[in-house]
Amino acid sequence: MPSLKDLKNRIASVKATQKITKAMKMVAAAKLRRAQEAAEAARPYAERMNKVLASLSAANAGNAEAPLLLSGTGKDQVHLLIVATGERGLAGGFNSSIIRLARDHAQKLLAQGKTVKILTVGRKGNDVLRRSFKENIVHYITFREVKQLGFVQADEVAHKVLELFNAGEFDVATLFFARFQSVISQVATAQQIIPAKFEAGEAANASSALYEYEPSEQEILEDLLPRNVAVQIFRALLENNASFYGAQMSAMDNATRNAGEMINKLTLSYNRQRQAQITKELIEIISGAEAL
Amino acid sequence: MADAFNFELVSPERLLVSEKATEVVIPATLGEMTVLANHAPTMTTIKPGVVSVKLASGQVNKYVVFGGFADILPTSCTLLAESAVPASEVTRDTLQKRIEATQAEINKAQSDEHKTKLEQFLAELTHLNGIVVPA
Repeated sequence: MPSLKDLKNRIASVKATQKITKAMKMVAAAKLRRAQEAAEAARPYAERMNKVLASLSAANAGNAEAPLLLSGTGKDQVHLLIVATGERGLAGGFNSSIIRLARDHAQKLLAQGKTVKILTVGRKGNDVLRRSFKENIVHYITFREVKQLGFVQADEVAHKVLELFNAGEFDVATLFFARFQSVISQVATAQQIIPAKFEAGEAANASSALYEYEPSEQEILEDLLPRNVAVQIFRALLENNASFYGAQMSAMDNATRNAGEMINKLTLSYNRQRQAQITKELIEIISGAEAL
Repeated sequence: MADAFNFELVSPERLLVSEKATEVVIPATLGEMTVLANHAPTMTTIKPGVVSVKLASGQVNKYVVFGGFADILPTSCTLLAESAVPASEVTRDTLQKRIEATQAEINKAQSDEHKTKLEQFLAELTHLNGIVVPA
């Protein structure tokens, strides 16, 4: 049985922890709002880009000379997994759910005899994946020093990916990130970005407008596809960012609540023990008085 | 009074401008073009340059864009720019930085094709440097 003093110390330490988690929750909530706004602000660009590309690619569907980024290399042997995770922990299952999805995917591909290459974005994912897929990791990008996530960062990742693609280092690229659904729900998602895929429904109505292309359709497509890779990555990074803060907020909320419960429990046993001690002392005094 | 149409300038990070305009000058890859209302549907890529927008109110705003493309419809004109800044905020320093970054990339580039593209981009940037910022 811990002594009264021990209990008192423990209560104090849990209270201190509670204060920290509470503060972290508030910080996460504030950052979440900003991250959400950023994700929303980026939407118009991505949507328009998607619309334009969908109509262009529909027009180019049967074209044998279509750029490789659209039609693929024709092979399915080497896969590049781009795993985007957070830079920090303390966000509940955020990082691990992305990593788990990526790992399962990698293992499935390896079992099929395919070659797997991994590009990690974010420190957490790199730390964990390095343990099991050390020789598969081809590149690692971290945004630890970056305060405000901008298009420049996405461009950096896209640059690396395109460089590898142009060098013929892989055939298919899949992007792993957490899609932001709500504050309490973030879904780890795999999205294929090379060769590019577009929703067919959109293509149908977009191609109805008769466009003039300047320069040629082909050239525009060649110009836009690499850009699209960057835009997709940018969107994923923003979603990831919002998801991270959402996950962190709910994780810290839970932690604060748990700390509260812990404090209640400890206070109860503290009081009980104090009462027991008083009773014990009283018995001693009374029995001493009776003996006289 | 010329007809007005919707003009939107969008960068990957946010929607910069969404207003009624009567006249927009775009630095298209194949040469500058002026867009008025009821333009034929056109899709064009743009090179680094100055976009000048004449709003319905008659006010003229200038923006510096660095590559991207434009989607022109009879009733609207959407400019998707890689990055865009109001011309008044562009300084020699920011341009110089971009020029240096491109230069560094040229030195790194492996394929000739890529190199040519970058060099062209560099030339456009340098040209821009001359127009935008008075020496």
